[in-house]
Amino acid sequence: MALHEILMAGFGGQGMLLSGKLLAYAAMTQGREVSWLPSYGPEMRGGTANVTVCLSDKPVGSPYISSPRILLVMNQPSLERFVPKVRSGGLIIVNSSLVPIKADRDDCTVIYVAANDLARTAGTVRAANLVMLGTLVGFSKIIDRETIIKMIKKEFKAKAKFIPANVAAFKSGYQEGTRARGGSR
Amino acid sequence: MAKVLMKGNEAIGEAAIRAGCVHFFGYPITPQSEVPEYLSKRLPEVGGKYVQAESEVAASNMIYGSAGVGIRVLTTSSSPGISLMAEGLSYIAACSLPVVVVNIMRAGPGLGGILPAQGDYLQAVKGTGHGDFQLVVLAPASVQEAVNLVILAFELAEKYLTPVMVIGDGMIGQMMEPVEFPIEGVGPPLDPGDWALNGARGRDKRIINSLHLDPEYCNKINMDLKAKYDRIKKNEQRWELYNCEKPYDLLVCAFGMMSRICKTAIDELAQAGYRVGLFRPISVWPFPYATCKQAMQKAKRVLVLEMNMGQMVEDIQLAGQGTREIDFFGTAGGKVFSPDESKEKMLYSLKQAGAGKSRAGVSQPSSKSEGKPKKKKAAKTAGPAKKRKAR
Repeated sequence: MALHEILMAGFGGQGMLLSGKLLAYAAMTQGREVSWLPSYGPEMRGGTANVTVCLSDKPVGSPYISSPRILLVMNQPSLERFVPKVRSGGLIIVNSSLVPIKADRDDCTVIYVAANDLARTAGTVRAANLVMLGTLVGFSKIIDRETIIKMIKKEFKAKAKFIPANVAAFKSGYQEGTRARGGSR
Repeated sequence: MAKVLMKGNEAIGEAAIRAGCVHFFGYPITPQSEVPEYLSKRLPEVGGKYVQAESEVAASNMIYGSAGVGIRVLTTSSSPGISLMAEGLSYIAACSLPVVVVNIMRAGPGLGGILPAQGDYLQAVKGTGHGDFQLVVLAPASVQEAVNLVILAFELAEKYLTPVMVIGDGMIGQMMEPVEFPIEGVGPPLDPGDWALNGARGRDKRIINSLHLDPEYCNKINMDLKAKYDRIKKNEQRWELYNCEKPYDLLVCAFGMMSRICKTAIDELAQAGYRVGLFRPISVWPFPYATCKQAMQKAKRVLVLEMNMGQMVEDIQLAGQGTREIDFFGTAGGKVFSPDESKEKMLYSLKQAGAGKSRAGVSQPSSKSEGKPKKKKAAKTAGPAKKRKAR
């Protein structure tokens, strides 16, 4: 089934909306149908911000998804709120640098990735969102690596000095995802 | 032309530019503030003018003035702001001037909340302001359709010299989807025709005014408007039927984003063997009554789902004229039905209709009841009633 429903959640400012945008943009350039629906409620300031991205070969039906197949969480409040909603058999990626607890779901694949630590090593802790995106792409292969890298370069065109660290962060996440795939299957 | 990934609000702004709109007057309000933000940057680039009015009341009179002098104009707002524009829209309709208004609806009533809702349906299609006037109202269900309908809105406004409103909920405004603009560059300026106040040198003066103390003349104005609305009803009905080419047991009626959510639910039910079709009015005024009725006749039962407390359900009842049982479920306050919740409601209605999963030989909707209208039954409000109980 070529429909992917991905919920990306974190604190406002952690960049999950941008990760979602890069993924949607990349899929669009490949001719796929996409939607990007952000949370825009009053919770955005100081609370959690999230975005739902749908990728499909057919026109996207509902861009609003209450039970996503894939979840990326950057912080504990998002984990507590969204982990119970993931569809059985789904995929959960947790930023273990910031989330001290485990995702209690036996029926899903759960990957823990130290996104902040890997991003710091790559050059900037602010690219932790791209480590998460890299892990998703590395594990699920829902889109090819090079298209996302192209999108990162495009997104940071005006701030070119940030490109190397962001691409490196994405690649290290991608490696984590590939490794997790090898381990779990 | 290549597709771009754009937020609904920004795409609406760009669509207006492509349609040749050069004036914007408005006041920021969530969830549509990106439209004025976008146009404040974009309009000066194409030689247009952007003014942030001191209020929505003022904005509605500024668009009245702009249209009056024959310059293509847009305003956008969200629910409470549209209420403030009601007076101006009545004047504009009375004077037969072309303006386009976009309402990115938020939760109400009152200040309500900033999250998506569809609670301004009746306001848009039945009672925007005082007097006998009518807006043409278009309801997009995607960012691409929002672009297409904003461009169409300008065409209709100028073809019929009447205000046109595009209504979307907060989701349409806030989400990003790929869009392709059907027009390259900037459209040609508005044809000022024989009505615009563009300088009387060399011709007789023109007056734009909605005060007519002579009852004969004021009656004539109303009759002329009625004749125009009748032409629009005849020519401008638009709708979408989804999953209706095969036989179906249940017809779901929904407009705007709610219809997208229903499509996902309908697809999932189809995989499980249930037969559900969807009727979506795109022009909610003029409402496609005849098509709606035809689609209803093919179903055993009808379900209306809306992000309000049952505003369109009245039009569905009018269309069906009592020939089908109609269930209604609504949600409001910024709470959106998920595809799963929509599926539950559809399963409820399928059960009421006695329709199970399809197998070979499943009977068609009985034709016996056709032509013999059943007693009209009020729409069920099981959804909201449950909520009331909980409070």
